[in-house]
Formats: sequence, structure tokens, C-alpha cells
Amino acid sequence: MRRLVVGAALTLATLASAAPRRYGIGRTPTADDLRAASISVAPDGRGLPPGHGSGREGAVLYQALCAACHGVRGEGRNDFPALVGGQGTLRTATPMLTVGSYWPYATTLWDYIHRAMPYSSPGTLTTDQVYALTAFILQMNGVIAVDTVLDETTLARLRMPNRDGFVSDPRPDIRAKQVAAPVR
Amino acid sequence: MYRSPKLDRRRFLISGVAGTLAAAACRDPQPSPIERTAPPASAAVPPMLGAGRRPYGERSPFETAARTFNVDSPTPGTGSSRTPLQDSLGILTPSALHFERHHSGVPTIDPAKHELLIHGMVERPLALTMADLRRFPSVSRIHFIECGGNSGREHEGRPGADPQQSHGLVSCSEWTGVLLSVLLREVGVTAEARWAIAEGADAARHARSIPLDKANDDVIIAYGQNGEALRPEQGYPLRVVAPGWEGNVNVKWLHRLHVVDQPYMLRDEAASYTDLMPDGKARRFTFVMEAKSVITRPAGGQRLAGPGAYEITGLAWSGRGRIARVEVSTDGGATWEVATLADPVLPKAFTRFTMPWRWDGRAATLQSRCVDETGYVQPTRDELIAVRGMTAGPDGYDHYNGIKVWNVAADGAVSHA
Repeated sequence: MRRLVVGAALTLATLASAAPRRYGIGRTPTADDLRAASISVAPDGRGLPPGHGSGREGAVLYQALCAACHGVRGEGRNDFPALVGGQGTLRTATPMLTVGSYWPYATTLWDYIHRAMPYSSPGTLTTDQVYALTAFILQMNGVIAVDTVLDETTLARLRMPNRDGFVSDPRPDIRAKQVAAPVR
Repeated sequence: MYRSPKLDRRRFLISGVAGTLAAAACRDPQPSPIERTAPPASAAVPPMLGAGRRPYGERSPFETAARTFNVDSPTPGTGSSRTPLQDSLGILTPSALHFERHHSGVPTIDPAKHELLIHGMVERPLALTMADLRRFPSVSRIHFIECGGNSGREHEGRPGADPQQSHGLVSCSEWTGVLLSVLLREVGVTAEARWAIAEGADAARHARSIPLDKANDDVIIAYGQNGEALRPEQGYPLRVVAPGWEGNVNVKWLHRLHVVDQPYMLRDEAASYTDLMPDGKARRFTFVMEAKSVITRPAGGQRLAGPGAYEITGLAWSGRGRIARVEVSTDGGATWEVATLADPVLPKAFTRFTMPWRWDGRAATLQSRCVDETGYVQPTRDELIAVRGMTAGPDGYDHYNGIKVWNVAADGAVSHA
């Protein structure tokens, strides 16, 4: 009888170790860990850090940090994409896809500058510099006025020109007809 | 390039072993692989000992298959390199030849200092070291990874001259790691959680939003590739493998998973990797790479030695599951023959197909089409363009999967159609 009980306990232990609810591996991150890592910005503005910047401030930064690749007026150069223009071209044979004509959310621009720009030294801009550069690029595209100050509240309220220009994946969208060809 | 065996034997007799090695080293730098170049086997055994052992092996010095990329790029850390599919055998891509796509260079990461942070809408945020990750149950699965833009130039009407140029942004490896579903169960996602943002530790912290349905289905948090640690350019020490989904989602150098309630509309999902349609609307979250195939031999850039027997072989793959059938036509699509699928046939993995072929020495047109287990049939380019048009998106042409055609000329030269 005792042996039976031990056997049953072993079986249960084996089952438990095969598929535990939790493995209990790893450490709990500190508040500092989470604060430092949390750079994601949602389209509704969640995650935007406090700060502010205007297009006027951004123009100076842009000429110093961005114009060499993206052009002094955001016109782009070779492999470096244009940031300005193209509104009204999406239905034409030669669409020009830029922040102004194509990007649906201003938060995307803030997030991308913050995490990935300038190309050769990403992650070096201050929060206020990112707001200012975002403002200048949006100002060049006519989305905001020259004196508009963007901050963690006003940025998320902006409505980009192509906000409603996207649809979800409809595929499979092609019904191949050649399957009816004779197969030897 | 066919050389007479008699001529080769005479050269061997005159120059001896050194002459034979020199002849091999000086051969045409890019031999057309189907041409017959080998001297008689009896002449190739040198009367001397070979090389000794070495701690980490390298391929034969006679093998030259290599990735290709734009060497003049103004941003060397950004861009792609292409897998030489025409040289591939079986279904696995050697790790050293797996295609690359980087946005801000390949970081050097010490695995002893690397942690994966999982946080956001979870009950228990967690930081996992590489050693921690190795304690979870592991899986090893063979999957292809394909850039969303692979073969886009075919859509554009600038067909690639060989399989590397036309289709080289796809590769297939055995990936080892932990299922993301295991890690999500460990942290306990909350009721409102719907997506996980995967973020890399490269300079630009490349990130993508992944729906939890996919995350809990078959996504692997991988530390192994083809029996060893990931290569640096494939995300060492940790990456996302999202089977069947566009390469950009398979975030490399993974250091953070942020569980959230909605996609965060990061650049590469809100703007790039979207597909602009003729009506001016763009498709987004076009994750799945649809069924595609390409004949890798005989293929563009190669030359048949003369009429006679050959094997037609190539690769097929589908982001929706297994390849069910591959058909090959050698007469421009008038008739099709079912090719042999080489074992193993695995879901969301390269499948090797073969078909014996006797070339009669006349011009021929070779093409393959595949069908996956959902019944989806690989379309022709015309069928695809009839629906999606010719509008270039933010990255050119993404998610193209049309049939690839190769032309064989009467002189044996194979070129793109």
C-alpha cells in the first residue's frame, strides 16, 4: 500500500515536471529596466514621452543632421527617400510615396526618427529634438503650420492626409486559371 | 567549354600534379555549371598526402558559390545580399549563404550580456538570459524565410538573369529555439492583449508588431540555425522566426517583446512593406508569403552541354503550409508534367522538386508552378498583374509570386524570359 502511494506520487511528479503551468525561469525586471526599454509609441500617442518642439526649431536641426541625405527641402537623393511631396499622386501611374502623401500616422514618424535616425548615429537625439524634427517634416508637408508646437498630446491628435488610405490583406486575391491546362 | 579528355590527359602527363592544380585554379572563374569540364577521374588522384584536420571546417577551395550584393552602396550597413539558389542542393541553405537584410548594420552582441525582456500587458514581466532560454523546452524546425520584396523585379518587368538575381532573397534553415507560445504562457498575457512588438538590438532597433494568434501558433524564438548558434547576420544570439511570414517580421538580435493591445504602426508596417494598388489604396499586414517556385537548374546563366538527358530541379515553398504538387512545363506551358517532390515535404519550408528531361537540342521554355496544401495555385505574372496592377509601392514591388520562365536556346544557353 505504501509502495502504491509512493508510485502514485512519483507519477504525479513526473506529469507535473513534463508540463508545469510555469517554469519559474528568469528574473523580474526592475522598474528602471522597463523604463529604459519602453520606447514603443502607439498611434493613439501612448508611449510618447513628455517634451515639445516646433518646426522652426526643427529646421535648424534638420539642416545640420538630415539634409545631407534627404535634401535641404526633403526632396531625397539617390537611395535616400524623399520626405516631402506626392500628395494627390497615389492614384496616378507614378505615385510619389512620402511621409506627407503616404504615412497614415504622425506617431510613426516620431517613433522612426527616435529609434533609427540619424542613420549613422541612431538613438542620439533628445526627446525635444525628435519633436522638433517631426514638426519640421510635417510642416514641409503642409500638415501643420510653421509655429505649431508638437508635444505628447498634440502629436497624437494630428490627422495625416493618407490616414484612410489602407486596407487589410485581402489575399488570396488571385485565382489562377492555368491549372486547367493538361497535366501528363 | 567542353574539353577533350585526350587533351587533358596529355596536359596531365606533361605538367604532372602541379599542372593539374594550376589548371583547376585558372579555370573559367564562373563556369556554367551544366557544361562538362571534368577530366577523367583516373587522372585526378595525386600521389601525395592531403591536408590535415582543422577545428572549424571550410568548404573546398573549388567551391565558389557566394552571396551577391551592391558593393557600392552609400550605406553599407543597409541593404540585402542574395542566396545563390542556382548552387543550392536539397532544401537547406548553408548558414554562410543565407540571404541578409539589415537596416543599420550587424551588431556584435555578447550572449553573456544579452537579455530578452518581455513586458507590457502581462501578469509577470520577465527578463531572460540566453542561459535561461536554453532551460525552456526546445523545438527544431525547418522553415524558409523570404524577404517581402523577393522577386519584385519580376513583377516590375526587369526579370532576374539567374535564380540568385530573380529569387535570391529567400533561404531555408533548421531553426532551434523556444516556441513563443511557451514564453507567453510563462509571463501570462492579460485579457486585453492582442499583439506583441518584437524589437531588435541593432542600432536602429528594428521592430514589428506580431498578432498574438500567430505568436501562439508557430513563432519560434530561435537561438540555433543548422546545428549551431545563429550567424551574426542572422540575428545572433536571438531572433524571431515567424514561419511563412515576410522576412521583415522575423526580427533579428531580439531583445524585447512588448505585449500590447493593438499594432503600433511602426514604419515597416504602416508605410514600408505595404502594397499600393491601382485605386490608390494600399494593403497592409500582408504577412504571408504565398506559394512560389523557381527552377534552379537548368536556369538563367547556365548552358547545356548538348542534347541528351538532364535533371530539371528547383525549389517550391508556401507560407500557408506544405507544397502539395509542383508541375513543370518544357514547352512554354502547352503541357505540364508532375514533378517528383523530394522528401521531406515540410510546412513553410523549401521543397525540392525534380523531373528527368531529355533535351532534343531545340529551343525550349522551362517553367514550374506549385500548388500548396490549401489548394492555392501559383499564378502567372499576367494573372497577378491583372489583379494588382503595376503600381510601385514604398519598396518597389512586394509579395510577388508569379511563375518564373527560363528560355533554353538551341546552343544550350539558358536565359530569362
